[in-house]
Amino acid sequence: MSEAAIEIRDLRFSYSHDIPVLSDVRLDVWPQDSACIVGPNGGGKTTLVKLMLGLLEPDSGSIRIGGQTPAAARTRIGYVPQYARYDACFPISALEVVCMARLGGTFSGRYMKQDKQAALDALAAVSLADLARRPFSALSGGQRQRVLIARALASGGDILILDEPTASLDRESEQQLLALLAELNKERIVLMVTHEVGFSSTFFKRIICVNNLVYVHPTSALTGELIREMYGGDLRMIRHDHRCCPGGHEHD
Amino acid sequence: MTELFAALTDPDLPFLRYGLLTGLLASISFGIIGTFVVVRRISYLAGAISHCILAGIGGGLYLQTVAGISWFTPMTGAVIVALLSAVILAQVSRHAGQREDSIIGALWSGGMSIGYLFIAKTPGYFDPNSYLFGNILLITKQDIFFVAGLDILILAVVCLFYNKLLALCFDEEYAFLRGVRTQWLHLLLLCLTALTIVLLIRIVGIIMVIALLTLPAAIAGGFAASIRQMMLIATAVCAVFITAGLGASFYLDLPSGSVIILIATGAYLLSLFLDRSAAKK
Repeated sequence: MSEAAIEIRDLRFSYSHDIPVLSDVRLDVWPQDSACIVGPNGGGKTTLVKLMLGLLEPDSGSIRIGGQTPAAARTRIGYVPQYARYDACFPISALEVVCMARLGGTFSGRYMKQDKQAALDALAAVSLADLARRPFSALSGGQRQRVLIARALASGGDILILDEPTASLDRESEQQLLALLAELNKERIVLMVTHEVGFSSTFFKRIICVNNLVYVHPTSALTGELIREMYGGDLRMIRHDHRCCPGGHEHD
Repeated sequence: MTELFAALTDPDLPFLRYGLLTGLLASISFGIIGTFVVVRRISYLAGAISHCILAGIGGGLYLQTVAGISWFTPMTGAVIVALLSAVILAQVSRHAGQREDSIIGALWSGGMSIGYLFIAKTPGYFDPNSYLFGNILLITKQDIFFVAGLDILILAVVCLFYNKLLALCFDEEYAFLRGVRTQWLHLLLLCLTALTIVLLIRIVGIIMVIALLTLPAAIAGGFAASIRQMMLIATAVCAVFITAGLGASFYLDLPSGSVIILIATGAYLLSLFLDRSAAKK
């Protein structure tokens, strides 16, 4: 068996030292793995991602990315935040956003010719080469999300972590995004935080359930009972890929 | 118009010439730093710095008059306090969390109180209004060189770190992940903002400087497609406000600082109205 690309052992994290947000986390992510990270609000999904990125330090336990600490392995990770968190009026072009992936190479942050080329190639990979000079604010939600994915690709890492990329997207943009992720998964690990547990079975190989504790299941094992256990309360599951009448219908 | 032109070229009335020249040179610093202040949404930090400066001015005046330290002028005190408050505010932004606004409020009013106490305890008459609301009569030939020097410093720093500053303002977390030392860059930006404010309070004063720092950039933001464009437009708009304000105050015999700010505020409200009208169409 190959070595885990991300290895988390006995991890505990708390913001106040009293109530842990995450406890006893043990997780392995394998090369070319694809997993969605799901769980209720406040369950620790974003905290887990921030720990993997090295933005937070665990109280105890360890995280290794290819044998390195998260801070040392940052260049391996392409991080895609939610597009909705950005200032809609910020005057910046799509190309300038993607070029940010190449920062840190020089003291001043000046981009070299190859940096701009890498940014243009990444935009082409997400089918946005024609919109490179277009203001970020003038793009649709789906296009903005793809610009952020291009930024993650331009950094050249082999791990892609996306934080709720489908939030605020319409159905068509969501499908396009998932098709793109499936393509990207051929060469890199894809981890995605989401609330849309329904479509996870259509694309991801595994589901990482985060609610203080972390459990990993193959997506084939995803059931309404499992989701209910994870989120608590009575909720319904909507399968986006399954329609037996126009507009689809809902399943318990 | 000819009266104004005659006054500007009159060798016995240098203050108007100095005021206009300083204002036009200041527009460059205001346009560039104002753009960063607006897109990074830190106008409240700039406001706190500007109000803290009164502590430096009062302290400088007190030390000069009472302690006899002649080199410690009010402007020296203003520069020291402005840079100090920038350092404190950078730390507050990082560590205070939800209490950030309360701490900023304390610094804002605390700085003004300290300054006013120093002024009250300094013997002789001193009119704080010149610093609070600006007075172009106080502008000297030396100030022109200071402002020109500040312009060169700001242009050099922004040209050197443009991409990193852009990333800091657009997405600080991502910039940090890409290896940018965002803490230091944020501090650098606050220090440049502090210096800009200090050198320009002579024109519009402590209380109103924040308007001239943010309004031209806010107007420019409605028309610009990039940060560079926004800086250029903000600089031009600021220069127009200062020229029009000085001209209007000369003819109407009104305080120049207030007239400049009223023009800026009116133009900003008009731009908002035009923006909304355009959005409805």
